Amino acid sequence: MTEMPSIDKKKCNRCGLCVSVCGCGAIVMVNNVVTIIETEDCHWCTTCEAVCPTGALTCSFEIVIEESPKTDS
Amino acid sequence: MTINIAFLKLVAYFAVLSNAELDVIKQAFSEKTFQRGEVILWEGEMSDVLFFVAVGAVKIFKTSSQGKEQILSIARPGDALNDISIFDGKTNPVSAQALGPVTIYGIKRERLQIVFQQNPELTLNAIKVLAERTRHLFTLVEDLSFRHVLGRVVKILLTHAGDGGGPVQRLTQQEMAAMAGTAREVVARSLKALEEQGYIRLENHRIVINDKESLQKILTDTI
Repeated sequence: MTEMPSIDKKKCNRCGLCVSVCGCGAIVMVNNVVTIIETEDCHWCTTCEAVCPTGALTCSFEIVIEESPKTDS
Repeated sequence: MTINIAFLKLVAYFAVLSNAELDVIKQAFSEKTFQRGEVILWEGEMSDVLFFVAVGAVKIFKTSSQGKEQILSIARPGDALNDISIFDGKTNPVSAQALGPVTIYGIKRERLQIVFQQNPELTLNAIKVLAERTRHLFTLVEDLSFRHVLGRVVKILLTHAGDGGGPVQRLTQQEMAAMAGTAREVVARSLKALEEQGYIRLENHRIVINDKESLQKILTDTI
């Protein structure tokens, strides 16, 4: 399952700004409802979140620390 | 609804009570659930129930008259949401919003007073909890006053990072901006700059810290 931006439909005012900025076609308007389609093409650019005037669309990040590879000295 | 004693032991206010004492006071609690985005408390409203997070994470924040948000803390299991207004009898100084599915336990102010009267050691413990909160707020004032924005973003990354082994609290750029007291765009720019320096990698929904030492150096250098 591909992780996708999430939408709070109660907050969404259906302005369609997110649909217009989504470069991968993951966000579409279906029967006047903003709908997110699962796709591996979404690269989490977060533009949809940035343009959303109501804060309905969110792209949350998991923050992880990568172990440094052990080097022989 | 069954109030879990294991949870009550997590609550700093009640940590000094024995299992038997907790078993008695658990009857006084009620339970509520919230979904991501739902507001649990509004700034400026009165409270007559003291709420604690049992499951999930809750954003504690203030909102300016222009609608700008400043996150003061993220409350996690065991943390109280509105102890200030419960103790001083005034309005909530902050709002609280669920960051995901959240379960909250609540105890009415009158019941809480009885619990405190029956267990005097709780009063001293409450002073300790409030002192820790004051210390956290002093640190936040220091960060907002003296720390460079990049340093604030780095601090958020280091504070909220997991090791990939367990569940990690997720944050949006908007939430990071509200924590750092800046605009979302500034956070995006800071993340990009850190990526260009090779300190982090942005991988879809993950921010991977691959040079923790350099980030810690930024933190030291920016205050």
